[in-house]
Formats: sequence, C-alpha cells, structure tokens
Amino acid sequence: MIQAVMVMSTQGKPRLLKFYSYQPPEKHQDLVRGVFQLLSARPDSVSNFVKVDAIFGPGAKLVYKHLATLYFVFVFDSSENELAVLDLVQVFVETLDRCFKNVCELDIVFNFNKLHTILDEMILGGQVIETSSEQIMRSVEEIARLEKQSNTTSLIPKSISERFSR
Amino acid sequence: VSLFLDERHDLVILVVNTIQKDLRSDNYLVVCAALTAACRLIGEEAIPAVLPQVVELLAHPKEAVRKKAVMALHRFYQRSPSSVSHLVSNFRKRLCDNDPGVMGATLCPLYDLILEDPNSYKDLVVSFVNILKQVAERRLPTSYDYHQMPAPFIQIKLLKILAVLGSGDKQASGNMYMVLGDIFRKGDTASNIGNAILYECICCISSIFPNAKMLDAAAETTSKFLKSDSHNLKYMGIDALGRLIKINPDIAEEHQLAVIDCLEDPDDTLKRKTFELLYKMTKSTNVEVIVDRMIEYMINITDHHYKTEIASRCVELAEQFAPSNQWFIQTMNKVFEHAGDLVNIRVAHNLMRLIAEGFGEEDEGADSQLRSSAVDSYLRIVGEPKLPSSFLQIICWVLGEYGTADGKYSASYIIGKLYDVAEAHPTDDTVRAYAISAILKIFAFEIALGRKIDMLPECQSLIDELSASHSTDLQQRAYELQALLGLDKQAVENVMPADASCEDIEIDRNLSFLNGYVQQAIENGAAPYIPESERSGVVSVGNYKAQDQQETSAHALRFEAYELPPAASQASISPTTDLVPVPEPSYYKEDHQMSRSQPSGDSLSGEFGLKLRLDGVQKKWGRPAYSSSSTPSSSTSSQQATNGGVSSEVGGSTSSQARESTYGSKRQQATEVSAEKQRLAASLFGKADRKTQAGRKTAKESSSTEKVATANATPQPAKEQVIPSAPPPDLLDLGEPVSSSPPLADPFTQLEGLLGPASASPVVSETPASSTSKTPDLMSIFSDDVQTGVTSGSTEPSLGVNVVAAKKGPSLQDALQKDAAARQVGVTPTGNNPILFKDLLG
Repeated sequence: MIQAVMVMSTQGKPRLLKFYSYQPPEKHQDLVRGVFQLLSARPDSVSNFVKVDAIFGPGAKLVYKHLATLYFVFVFDSSENELAVLDLVQVFVETLDRCFKNVCELDIVFNFNKLHTILDEMILGGQVIETSSEQIMRSVEEIARLEKQSNTTSLIPKSISERFSR
Repeated sequence: VSLFLDERHDLVILVVNTIQKDLRSDNYLVVCAALTAACRLIGEEAIPAVLPQVVELLAHPKEAVRKKAVMALHRFYQRSPSSVSHLVSNFRKRLCDNDPGVMGATLCPLYDLILEDPNSYKDLVVSFVNILKQVAERRLPTSYDYHQMPAPFIQIKLLKILAVLGSGDKQASGNMYMVLGDIFRKGDTASNIGNAILYECICCISSIFPNAKMLDAAAETTSKFLKSDSHNLKYMGIDALGRLIKINPDIAEEHQLAVIDCLEDPDDTLKRKTFELLYKMTKSTNVEVIVDRMIEYMINITDHHYKTEIASRCVELAEQFAPSNQWFIQTMNKVFEHAGDLVNIRVAHNLMRLIAEGFGEEDEGADSQLRSSAVDSYLRIVGEPKLPSSFLQIICWVLGEYGTADGKYSASYIIGKLYDVAEAHPTDDTVRAYAISAILKIFAFEIALGRKIDMLPECQSLIDELSASHSTDLQQRAYELQALLGLDKQAVENVMPADASCEDIEIDRNLSFLNGYVQQAIENGAAPYIPESERSGVVSVGNYKAQDQQETSAHALRFEAYELPPAASQASISPTTDLVPVPEPSYYKEDHQMSRSQPSGDSLSGEFGLKLRLDGVQKKWGRPAYSSSSTPSSSTSSQQATNGGVSSEVGGSTSSQARESTYGSKRQQATEVSAEKQRLAASLFGKADRKTQAGRKTAKESSSTEKVATANATPQPAKEQVIPSAPPPDLLDLGEPVSSSPPLADPFTQLEGLLGPASASPVVSETPASSTSKTPDLMSIFSDDVQTGVTSGSTEPSLGVNVVAAKKGPSLQDALQKDAAARQVGVTPTGNNPILFKDLLG
C-alpha cells in the first residue's frame, strides 16, 4: 500500500502532497522537512531506496527519483516491491511529460489540479489501479474535455488560455 | 474536497448526499470522481449509505467505472470488514472481467483477502497461474506493455499472491513451477521493470514449497543482481540472498566476496541491508568477524535509532555464538564503551548475571576464569574518561563482587580504584551508589575472611561526605558501610555471604514466624484477625443496601412521573368532599354522582333542595298526627326533635341555602313559643285566655307573613302550610275542659259573639293565603262555643269554600270531623277513651 506521494523542489519547497493514509495537516510540514533533509544528504550515486521508520512509522520505505529540479517521492509499506514502485515513479513522470510536453517545474506549479487527476487515475485508496500511460492519458483527456464543456460559457483571458493550451 | 477532508471530519455527513447523487449520474466521469471521493471520505458509519450503489456499479458497462468500484469496495473492506463481508464473492467475479484493467484492479483486494485467510482461496491458484501464463505469452493488448514488458505490474501482483498461496503447500506450489520457469527464462535483466519481476519471482520461490530447480535459477539471478553496478540491484540482491539463505544456507558461501564488497560500499542503505544479511548468516565460525565489523560500523554512525539496533544485535550474537569467554568480555566492553547509553538496560543486567552464573556449564573453573578476565579488563578500562554510566555501573558491580575473589589484587587496590570512580563522577548518583556498595562488599568479604584492613583517609572522607549527601540512597549506603565496620566476623558472614548475588531467596508466604506474636496479642485481649474476604463481604452488603435505597428513590420518581394525571383528578374531587360534610345517606348519593362525573354545581344544589323538601315534609306530617293524641309534653319534645332534624339538614346544605335554612329555623321557634303560651293559658284561664292568645297570634302571624315575602316562594309555602296543622290538635285538647264546667260557658259565649266581627276585619285585610289559613281557627272556635243549629248551618258552607281554596283540603276535613265527634262525645263523659283509641288506630 502506498502511503504518500510527494513532489518537492531541490530547495525543499513542496509542489505536490498527497496522503493516502490520514495525516493531520499540522504534520505535513514536519514530514516534508524530514524527507527533504533525508534526501538532500544523499549523493546521487547511491541507491534510490531509503528506510523511513523514524518519519512514517515502522516498516515504511521511501523510493525517490531526482529529475532536473524536482524530487519525486513515493512512500509505501512492506507490501510493495521497491523496483516496481521505482518504475511507477517513471510511469508518473512519463505521463506528466506527455500531458505537458517537456514538463518543467512551472507546469507542476500552475497545473496542480491535473497532477491530482493523474494521481487519482493511477492510485486509488493507496493501491495502484492503472499503470498504462495510454489509459491514464485517455482518462485525463476526457476529464479535461468535460471541464472545457462546463467552462464554455465563462470568459477566459487570452494569456491564461494560451498557457492552458500549452 | 478530498484533499482537505478526512473520514473523521464533520462535513463528511453533508458530503455523503452529494456523493450519492453523483453515483447515480449518467456521465461516467462524474461517477468515477464520486468513487474516488468515496474512497477518501466515506467512513465506517457512512458505508451503508453508499454501499448498494457501489455494488450496482460493479456491473457498469464502462470498464473505468468497474475498476474504481472494485477499489471502492476494497477501501470499504479495509475500513469496516463486517459491512462488506457478504460481498467478497464479487471480487472473484471481477477477476473474470474481460478488461485487463479491471482484472488488475481486482488483484489488490484479493491480495489483502488472501493474506488474511489463504486456505479459502486455494481454488484460485489455477486461475492465477493461467492469467500469469497469458500475460507471459503476451496475450494482452499492446497498450499494457511497458518498456517491451507485458503488463509488468500485473505480473508482480500475481507473483505476490502466488507466494502467499503456495507457502507450505506442495500441491499448490506444483502448479506454479512451470510458469515461474517461463518467467525466469524470458526475464530481461536490461530493464528496471524486468529486474523487478525477477526479484518478485525470487521472493515467490523462497516462499513456496522448495524446488531444487527453481532454487538454482533463483540463486543464479541473485548472483547477477549482486554483481551488477547498480546500487538498486545490489540492494535487491542482498534482500533476495537473505530470503534464500533461510532455505539453503550453502548459497551464501558462493557470494561471500560480493557481500564483502557491499559491506565496503559508502551507501548507507546498502550497508544496512548487508548487515541484516550478515545477521542471518552468523555462525560460530564467522561470528568474530561479523561482530567486529558491526562494532566498527556502529562506532562511525550517528543515527541513534540504528546504533541501538546494531548494538542489540551485537550483544545477541555474542551471547549466542561466543567462541571464548575472553572474546565475549572484550566484545561486551566495546559495545558498552561506545553505545552504553543506547543499549537496553536489560542487556546490562543479563551481562551481570552471565558473569555471576557463567554460561550454564558445570565447569566451575571456567566460570572463575571468566570472572578473572572480566576483572582484569575492567581494571584496565576503568581509568578511561567518558565511559557511559551504565558501563560504569557494570564495572563497579563486578569489581565489588569478584575483585578480590582470586587473590590477584589486594583489597586496598580495588578500593582505591572504586574511590577514583566515585570521585570522577560527582554528579552521577547512580554510579556513586554502585561504587559505595562495591566498597562495602569488599570490606565485608575481608572481614569475613578474618583479615585486618585499614581504612584509607580518602575513603573515610568520602564516607563522611556521602553521609551528609542530598540523596537519601547515598546516605543509607554510607551509614550501612559504617555500621558494617563495627560488626564481628560471624555477623558479617551472615549479612554478606560470598558469591550469593544470584541465590534464590526463600519467602514464607504464611508468615508462620509471626504466629507466636499473634497468639500472645489475642491472649492480651486483642480482637482476632478478620480475613479480607469477610471484610469485603460486609462492604458489599453495605453497597447492596445503598442500592436498595437508590431503587426506592427511583421508584418514587417513576411513580410521580406516571401517576400525575390521576392524582390531579383526585385532588380536584377532594375539596368537594371536604366542603360537604352531609349525613351518610346524602353522602352516599353525592359520592355516586361524583363517580358518574357530574361537574355541574347547580344540579347538586337542586338535588339538595329536593332531598330537603321530601325529608321535611315526611317528618313533619308524621309527627303532628302522633302528637295530636299525645300529652302536651310529648308534643313539645316531638316538635323539638323535628327542629333538630331540620337543623342538621340545614347544616348539610350548600352556602346558597344557608340563609333560607336560618330563616326557617327562626320561624319554627316562633311557632313553638305560640303553642306553649296557648297551653299555659288553657291550663290557667280556660276560654277567656284563648281569646287573648288568639289576638296575639294574629299579630305575630302578620309579621311572619312579611318575612315570608322576602324569602323564596317554593320551599316556604310548604313549611307555612305545615305550621297551621299544629293549632287544631291544641284546640281539640281544649274541648275537654268545656264539658267539665257548663255554668261558666254561657256568659263567655255572649262576650265572644260581641268580639267576633272585630277580629274578622283584620284577617280579611291580610293576603288571601293568610286569611285562608286563619279562617279555620275562627270557625273552630265558634263551633266549640255555640251549640245552636243556626250557627252550625252557617259553619258548613264556609267549610265547603275552604276546601276549594285550601291546598291541604283533606287534612282540614279530617280535623273538622274529629271536632264534631269530640262534641258528641263531650256530652257523654264516658265516651272519651274509645275516641282516643280510634285516632291511634287510624
């Protein structure tokens, strides 16, 4: 079972936080800070698996990927395969790349709702339900089309619409 | 909304309605969003609200909806298994869904269910194997390929499930060998996901029933992992090796160099994983190397959590596989020296017990050697700075117990060392306490052996200092030491036996040695001891009584609550009863009326009037008839009795009738006075007095008539008519004196004829009723005095008129007839008695 998904910058700023087991909002900052301190102390040549018993409780592990200016972090318990979760991170990143075309940190900042939609398609209730990028993209596009239909009556400034379309 | 709320939030109750509506939407995207929110927000008490709709969605034509519905059910199962237990068969059906995505999603809940109860799902082994075979043979759509690997995540999930199902089951495992072999052969070590599948295969093989062929393939793959350049693969290789070692320890021999290389790696994650593996690989032959490596690593790391873990493992391995006592002591010294404050206190106690009791062997020499080596090493270490507190405690204890046991060191030398420890740690009371106790033990042992020992000046000052310490524990130990120095050899041997720290202490549970004291106390008059069970019994009885009282009060409260309406009804009736203290017959009737719930007061008043009228009429009518033939005194008493009855009835009537009753009483008294006067006049003066009394009577009756006008008409006429019936009997009584004195009658008759017209005029001026009541009296008087036929003829027509006008006609006729009879009998004196008898009989 996956417990949390985090996307944070190399300066420790959280860009995406999603918890599948309940964590009180007051603890979110502590969790982000703890994970960031852990990741920033690791060199690039070591493995991508870390035990995080002290932060998330017994049996918790962490898989991370460092891409450009972001850390993609998946926290899970002992019932998941570490390599599989590492590839799940890869699926997530590839989907984002398809969605935004050469995704960068700004895309994540301004389109966090799409990130949440993609995550909802991949992981539901802490369990992985879809690992096919094509399926995920199809669902996300349908949801986006539905949103456009409901927004046709509202006026959107040209600059924002251009950014969305990009 | 699901980002910020949780199932415990109060707003979820409001959101449930929205989710229910969305689940019934025609747009499948809305349904999917609702299912996603349901997984997040629906708590245990809200599951029944949305469960039926989710079950319906399992058959939705859109596969995305079916997939999310399966996951929603899985989430509900995690939250509240009892609510969804009757739906687990749905998961089996979804496993046969034609869409691979839905089938893949179903594997998640099935995995959890199989973890809980593998035996219930053994029949699915063949299905899982078939699915895995289809995936391996690339029969799924190409959209599920990932880096040229067919549905890798589904494969991994299936392998995990098969590992659980095949554990300890040879028959189930037999079905898996072929497909596992296929996966191994087709495994691609070039891609990351391929390695993930291979690793999962190794885990599966290590869980199911062992198979030599499968184990060889797994070992080969593990070897590839360990030799890889990638740290991730090395990590997985170490983990896989740890799993395989449990089955076949010989596999580890082939990869020792690889493991050592991982041990030298700067990657902490890899190093820790390797130590876990070494922990499992430890044997008597390699324990020294492994523990040395562990201690070396423990010294370098700064993570207290992991440092504690490493130290505990070192201690455990040393205890299990120690090749010699020397090595064991040295290892323990290193562990405590560098991680003494992090090691569990139980480890320190176990170490002390080991030194005291040995390793369970019967070789006493080996134990002595162990203690000697411990003492030697501790004497060397004790001078080093910055030793952990727990380590110092162990050192002091061992030196105190066994420092002088083998005679190698002098007591003074050991005491000096212990004094240095106490002086070097002035703020650690625990260490100083251990040091003082150790010094005390050494002194005790020396005294027991009969040797003379001199107190060092420094020790004396130390003891004096501790006697005045803030810590009562240190004070006690210092005073104990001073007291011990004053004892003789025999006493010291009993107080502090040598090498007895682990001897069992026998306890006399019944305290039999106190029996003599108890017996003596009882003889002196003390109360015998009451066992606690009896005392608790008394207390329970008290509680029971208190409970009874509470029940009584509760009963009272309940009574008030339930009996309030009837009580109010009775309260309304009670005042009426109190206000009407009537005689018993009337009370009975009134009670009957109240039981019939007649609320009207007027009807009650009417009833009272009716009863009063009847009672008055009957009583008055009956008694006058009787009194007419009785003596005057008897008649008077009868009238008084009648008045008494009327008074009692008057008293019983309501306030509205009180005034009438009072007036009636007054009228009765007036009548009584007139009657008495008439009798007195008759007895004294005869007819002349009767004339005078007649005039007075007329005047009084006039005044009575005026009073009657102010009263109510209905009751008064009855009473008025009743009163005139009294005078005729009196006149009849006067008849007898007339016949006894004939000569006096003639002159009076003439005078009476002259007065007749004057008295008749006033009577006519009164009201018709009054004149009617007066006429009979006058006519009776004339008939008594005049004996001529003319007078008799004129009287008869008047009587006829009276009969028509009077209401009581029959009564008057009877009276007149009696008067006529009296006159005829008056002529013959002997006829009086028969007439009286006739009246009585009539």
